[in-house]
Amino acid sequence: MLEQLEQQRTDALAELETVDDSDALHEWYIKYLGKKGAVTLMLRSTGQLPPEERANFGKRANEIKHLLNEAYAQREQAVRQQELAADLESDALDVTLPGRPRTLGGIHPVTQTHREFYTIWADMGFQVFTSRDVETDEYNFQLLNFPPDHPARDMQDSFYTTDDGVILRTHTSPGQIHAMRQLGENGTQPVRVILPGMCYRYEQITARSEVQFTQVEGLAVGRKIRMSDLKGTIAAFAKRMFGQNVSVRFRASYFPFTEPSMEVDVECFLCDAQGCNVCKYTGWLEIAGSGMVHPTVLRNGGYDPTVWSGFAFGMGPERITMLRHGINDIRYFWSNDLRFLEQF
Amino acid sequence: MLVPISWLKDFVEIDIPVELLAERLTLAGLEVAHIHYIGVPQQQVDGVNWPTSDHLVWDREKLVLGAIREIKAHPDADRLVLAMVDYGGDALEQCVTGAPNLFAYKDQGKLETPLWTAFAHEGATVWDGHSDERKLMTLKGRKLRGIYNKSMVCSEKELGISEEHEGIILLDPRDDYVPGTPLQDVLGDVVLDIELTPNLARCFSILGVAREVAALLDKPLREPSYDVVAEGASIQGAVTLEIREPELNPRFTFALLRDTTTQPSPELMQRRLKLVGQRPINNIVDVTNYITFEIGQPLHAYDYDKLVARAAGKAPHIITRLAEAGEALETLDEVKRELDAHNILVCDERGILGLGGVIGGAETEISDATHNVLLEAANWNFINIRRTMQSQKVFTDAGTRFSRGVHPSQAILGVQRGIELMRQTGGGQVAQGIIDEYPLQPETVHVDLPVSEVQRLLGMTFTVETAADILRRLLFDVEIDGDTLHVTVPDHRLDINSDAVIGQADLIEEIARIYGYDKIPSTIIGDDMPPQVGNPDLMLEDATRDLLAKLGLRETINYRFTSPEREALLIPDGMESSLPEGDYVVIRNPISSDKTVLRKTLLANLLETAQVNARFNTRQQLFEIGRVYLKRGDVLPDEVRQLAILLTGPRNASGWMDGNDNALMDFYDVKGVVEGLVAGLHLADVAYCRNDDPASRHTSFHPKRSALFYLGGERAGVFGELHPQVAQRFGLVDAPVLAGVFDLDKLFASVQDRHLVRELPTTPPILQDIAIVVDADVESAKLERVIAQAGGDLLKDIQLFDVYQGDPLPEGRKSLAYHLVYQTNDRTLKDKEVAKVHQRIIKTVQNRVAGAEVRM
Ligand SMILES: [Zn+2]
Repeated sequence: MLEQLEQQRTDALAELETVDDSDALHEWYIKYLGKKGAVTLMLRSTGQLPPEERANFGKRANEIKHLLNEAYAQREQAVRQQELAADLESDALDVTLPGRPRTLGGIHPVTQTHREFYTIWADMGFQVFTSRDVETDEYNFQLLNFPPDHPARDMQDSFYTTDDGVILRTHTSPGQIHAMRQLGENGTQPVRVILPGMCYRYEQITARSEVQFTQVEGLAVGRKIRMSDLKGTIAAFAKRMFGQNVSVRFRASYFPFTEPSMEVDVECFLCDAQGCNVCKYTGWLEIAGSGMVHPTVLRNGGYDPTVWSGFAFGMGPERITMLRHGINDIRYFWSNDLRFLEQF
Repeated sequence: MLVPISWLKDFVEIDIPVELLAERLTLAGLEVAHIHYIGVPQQQVDGVNWPTSDHLVWDREKLVLGAIREIKAHPDADRLVLAMVDYGGDALEQCVTGAPNLFAYKDQGKLETPLWTAFAHEGATVWDGHSDERKLMTLKGRKLRGIYNKSMVCSEKELGISEEHEGIILLDPRDDYVPGTPLQDVLGDVVLDIELTPNLARCFSILGVAREVAALLDKPLREPSYDVVAEGASIQGAVTLEIREPELNPRFTFALLRDTTTQPSPELMQRRLKLVGQRPINNIVDVTNYITFEIGQPLHAYDYDKLVARAAGKAPHIITRLAEAGEALETLDEVKRELDAHNILVCDERGILGLGGVIGGAETEISDATHNVLLEAANWNFINIRRTMQSQKVFTDAGTRFSRGVHPSQAILGVQRGIELMRQTGGGQVAQGIIDEYPLQPETVHVDLPVSEVQRLLGMTFTVETAADILRRLLFDVEIDGDTLHVTVPDHRLDINSDAVIGQADLIEEIARIYGYDKIPSTIIGDDMPPQVGNPDLMLEDATRDLLAKLGLRETINYRFTSPEREALLIPDGMESSLPEGDYVVIRNPISSDKTVLRKTLLANLLETAQVNARFNTRQQLFEIGRVYLKRGDVLPDEVRQLAILLTGPRNASGWMDGNDNALMDFYDVKGVVEGLVAGLHLADVAYCRNDDPASRHTSFHPKRSALFYLGGERAGVFGELHPQVAQRFGLVDAPVLAGVFDLDKLFASVQDRHLVRELPTTPPILQDIAIVVDADVESAKLERVIAQAGGDLLKDIQLFDVYQGDPLPEGRKSLAYHLVYQTNDRTLKDKEVAKVHQRIIKTVQNRVAGAEVRM
């Protein structure tokens, strides 16, 4: 029996030397150390031996079992290493093939620009106030200091509806009156809002002009709002929107509902103010119209213009999106070509 | 408006480069859109960018002022002459030329007064006058019909002044002309093209711009002369005047010039008119235009003899009045016009002479035979003129100025300067006196401006002296009284309001503008922060957009315009409309036939977007969030927020490795999106119902493959497969179109302010499967309700994992298989407890659902 046991040990170790993959290793283990393996069976047969041999045989059998287990473990590690090395060298992929496409949804670029506006203005205490698209002539024009038949109306061609005095808003400015009346508590509370929304003008649809476009307008009314605040606030916005180093300039202009009125230009970031076709070789890009709220408009909003003052500004998200992404045709926005949208 | 610098310099000294002046004007609100150069070089000024101009710069050596001393005949060519030009050199230069305006001087020997012209030496570069395209050429010596020629006398076209190439430039003589002077210094010019906003009516003339320049550069203004040499018999009795509508015609003046000769205007006047875009006609018409452009007061000249003839030899009686019903007029532009009741007219006793302030009639116009000129300078209500121009669709230089506002004080200045210039250019005697009816004089505007108001609104301190100085530069009359300015507004301005507060704002703007916006400091708002209220609606809208984007959909923004015909495509043949209640908002002036109303649904335009994209994409997943417009009886429509979604094409994006898996999206794909939305927005009390009840169904969707979406028992939307006929009308036939339309306001009303989180169980769940065979039309939701009720607290979840129809099940039967999850939060369940509940579920299902068989 003992010789048999020793023979098993010799055979097993010799055989283990030749094992070089995990399948063979597994077979080897079953053959010698499995539940019905040769060594296991011999160990289990200890009880059949004469009592005086049992202790000796049992001890040796356990030693051999332990020895073989150790040899197995060593061999297993070697085989694993070898197999890992082989695996790392096989089945090279063509990494230039495209991946499995995942479906990406996305937010319209104009919405994305709006969100940037909201974030920047929210940090300066401006909250979003929305109002209606279909307006009365009174709110869209008269309360904003555009009297009927006034030449200033030539600046904005309206879409009229079949109801007299009802038009599609030509700008988000009627929201100024709504905001002052709803939030100002009869001219006793300050107001600081931005007014986003779709606006409409009777213009031919071309690469440069659209019949509908979004605006984001801002309004701050308070007891100590000054033109210097308007300049500082717009400049702070421009730096966050276009970069900390950008210069801003203010040009006198005219809007019936502000006075003084001004256009805001930023240094052309496309050509580093050297002049290019987008900035019409001036080095400046027009980004906003603005001004101090006209006394008539403050009155119409419920405020006493000798005590209260305010500033307002308006910007076009499409134009700013076009400038930032090099878009040459404003019609891209509402045509919703997926080849365009998927670039955002 | 075109402003030649040479003309501007009549009224103000300019000692800075034109490019810098243009920049200063632009910053002050007179936006210079273009700078046109004539002969002179563009200058580079630090910090100022203008587009590089590609104009011809006249060589100072080679293009000079020439004096033609004699015109000789060409020995061999009738159509050519030899001009003997003094260019400041030792000898005369002989130029061979075919200029027709020299032929009158041929063979007269040495001319008494030389003809002053533009002379080009050999080697000079000029525009090719004979070429139709813009082409430069350089002069080289060659023989012309046998006579050697190396230099040239130039036309305006050759110098790039205008397109004129009929003859060479002939300047009116001046005492200070010296032959050989560089042409740049004689004819060189720069023209600013200024865009004027409506508030700048006062700048609609050279003089008006000069006033701004004088204020900006702090230079004195040189007013033009309004003196008249009037030596003729008095105008009294020669014409009478009656104003019937002073509100519309506050002032009317006449001057009379007798025994004059209509003739071409002096060269300088012609040149200036051409520079501002006018065509010279004769001196009378030219002067009316010249004054319009120079001082901004439009004039109108009548052939006085024609008026007298109409009055049958008596003194004409001129009346201004409103048009009467049925009146018509043929105007100078040869258009016969039906007049509107609001049109103000200039008439005599025979009839209508012209449309007041806008355009004259053809009958009394100036001709070459005119000898007696009656000159009108009037004033008109700007709103009424604007209405007339729009209703009559006539846009003239006079009308444009009047429609923006001209101060009535300017009429008398215009008529004086106009009649005198006519006399100077055409001869004759100006009648003594002027007819001046001025029934409605505007009150002079006075504004008191405390300097503290300037500080309050601008945010910087001005001394009372600085503020006064700026206003005086703009010709305001200012008295300083302590810290207050008493300001009197000059006559030429209509834009300073007499309301105390508005007037102050008007003046503060002027102070800021001339001082320079760039010098006003930048500060941060120091005012109180208003109460912060937020905008929960917008946050929900944006949360919805983000959810849909995460679910793989692309946001679109479509036109809010459509036409009823296009939205009617959503209604299948013979069906009722399912568009929302309410009438369309109809556009009175639509831009095109597909944009005649505002949309009542997002679906039609979204389908059109899908149709357009279908050319390049088989797989589309789109949504839009936006307003629809429903007229429901109020003056203004309801603006309701909607959400529309659309899916079509293969479920998986196509790739190289999945060629075999291109199954198309179906109802359950769009339902997955809806469920994502329900979960993401934490909507409670959601139900999905069939959309096949004829009384209430949404007809745009497939009756059996779509669902109505209920929130809290109220219908809030519909989704599913589009009705095949609708899909086909939008050309979407290759795959089922899955869509949905939801009322966002209803959706958001069901969003809970906050939701509570479920506790995470710490004990293992016990899973039991159950398969139930039922009739095919039994809804899964019903089975789940029955199971849930029977399962009680221990049943934590019901997960459908298989739906099967077909062999071996009989026709009309289906099998639904669920994992039932039993669990408590606090203790491990015993098998016996679970078995008891499970048995109860099986029993209940069999009892409560007709025809249900349970298989374990
Ligand atoms: Zn640029």
